[in-house]
Amino acid sequence: MTYRIHPALIVFASIVFFFLLAPLVIIIGSALSDTTYLTFPPRGLTLRWFENIFEMSAFRRTAITSFQLAFAGTALSLLVGIPAAYALNRYRIELPSWLSTVYVLPILVPEIVFGFSLMKSVTVGLETPIFLTLLIGHALLVLPYSVRVVSASLASFDFSIEEAAISLGSPPLKTFFTIVLPNIRAGVIAAFILAFITSLNDVSVSLFLTGPGISTLPIQILAHMEQFFDPTIASVSVLLMLVTVAVMAIVEATLGLTFLTK
Amino acid sequence: MTVSLDIESITAHYGHTEVLKDLSLSVKAGELVSLLGSSGCGKTTTLRLVAGFLPPTKGRIKLGDKDITRLPAHTRNIGLVFQNYALFPHLSVLENVAFGLKQRSVGSSERRKRASEMLDRVGLSPYAERLPAALSGGQKQRVALARALVIEPPLLMFDEPLSNLDAKLRIDMRVEIRKLQRANGTTSLYVTHDQEEAFSISDRVAIMNAGKIMQLDHPEVLYQRPANAFVARFVGFENLIAMKVSERDGDRVTAEVEGGSSIALSQDSLGPIPDEFVLAARADGLSVRRSGEGLPVTLGLRTYLGRAYQYQCQSTAGDLVANGPLSDPMEQGGSAVLAPHFEQCCILPVEA
Repeated sequence: MTYRIHPALIVFASIVFFFLLAPLVIIIGSALSDTTYLTFPPRGLTLRWFENIFEMSAFRRTAITSFQLAFAGTALSLLVGIPAAYALNRYRIELPSWLSTVYVLPILVPEIVFGFSLMKSVTVGLETPIFLTLLIGHALLVLPYSVRVVSASLASFDFSIEEAAISLGSPPLKTFFTIVLPNIRAGVIAAFILAFITSLNDVSVSLFLTGPGISTLPIQILAHMEQFFDPTIASVSVLLMLVTVAVMAIVEATLGLTFLTK
Repeated sequence: MTVSLDIESITAHYGHTEVLKDLSLSVKAGELVSLLGSSGCGKTTTLRLVAGFLPPTKGRIKLGDKDITRLPAHTRNIGLVFQNYALFPHLSVLENVAFGLKQRSVGSSERRKRASEMLDRVGLSPYAERLPAALSGGQKQRVALARALVIEPPLLMFDEPLSNLDAKLRIDMRVEIRKLQRANGTTSLYVTHDQEEAFSISDRVAIMNAGKIMQLDHPEVLYQRPANAFVARFVGFENLIAMKVSERDGDRVTAEVEGGSSIALSQDSLGPIPDEFVLAARADGLSVRRSGEGLPVTLGLRTYLGRAYQYQCQSTAGDLVANGPLSDPMEQGGSAVLAPHFEQCCILPVEA
């Protein structure tokens, strides 16, 4: 039996795909344009805008900061998020039900408000160094992903497995590393990727927390666009897309992409 | 080594809810005792207390001469078998069995050897390198059993180990568990809600209700001589009839049922009869007759059991269930008498 596909569905699906993919095509095209302003379709082909990124120290510096923040912030959020998710699931009955909501607050509160209040409380209130403030901000920003995604993994984990290991003589902390962690590995990796990408892309929170001499790549892109509006921005975007593609390729190779959509 | 388990007046709470109240239980060295009861009766809580997963509010738990009440769970050296097997999904069957030995710092080759031997004993050697996910339910439970036995624990505990298996496998497995337990002489505590399973596998059974042990005895005694109304109902005494003695003549006693009819009983077969008591009888223990000595009733619905007819009966003492002969089917609405078979009945004290 063959299914007849309604022509309207084909049209509708095509439109959706067009809007999803067109911006990517336009950005790649603009990045290669041999003009001093952003344009599409590209006029002439050149790679000089890509060279330009590496010649401009501001892009290099902020890119390094962004990756440092994304790695350290994500790591910090997992360090807090994994034990939190563990406790929320292990002691689900004993703990108050509102507690799990606390961990998603950074998503629920508008990012602008979140960034502003962090600036007021941490930067102004505690006078911490800028990088440290950014790190705290990013760790908090991505904490919900760590907690929620690891929680989802733990929700299907049977804690009697942990008790079995303990009854066989394995101390509780060791049991966590040898028995629990290997079984929620996929969740931890998924949480890492989501948190990492969120941190790398963040503008609103970073905007309030950056200061003299320290900025992040998305903010540098924003600043550059306001001043120059040349294809450099498009080429930076293409590079960021490549990073994402590389991450996805690693995921696909190790775990299979389907686990992200589970 | 075989040691006894002594639970001494344990009280336990979940939050503010009291789940066990002053419970005491002794399992003799080498004995298998079952905790039998419906869900929420406290049987699994008792097991978790002994395992060390839940601290008691009061009381003491002793394994042999050692007080283990405050010992951390991982130092108690107790073999546990769970309802859902609880195998380590990321480790092979052999690694699962060897896990406990690894915690005891047994060398890698010795570990392998002992784990393999144990797998051989439960008939799973060909599956040693597989992951648990590739096994059937029965095979998984065998691995769990091997994993608990290989550490040679002084105490084995089972938490509804057969509940997730199908009926035929359940019977095979319980025979196997009993054989292994007997062969090793390991003191065992077995939790189940299945009466047949508990009775068939145990030396003694504790029937539990609302955090208390209602009766602890050999299965034969529980089945034939329940000590109270709860246990009697639990083991299938459908009829509990309150009576008062109206006349005594040596061992012969005449007792009156609510509503006025009386019945002749004998202390010879029933044991001593107090002035007020409850006569407990299964449907099999009350025989339906058209006339003669017995408790007068009106017959209700008749059902066919294969070996007998069963009647729902109305008497002045309430609704009763009794069996009648296949040779003489009686009609609904007719009058009849119920004659107790004394050797199948028992006398219970009146409860407040």
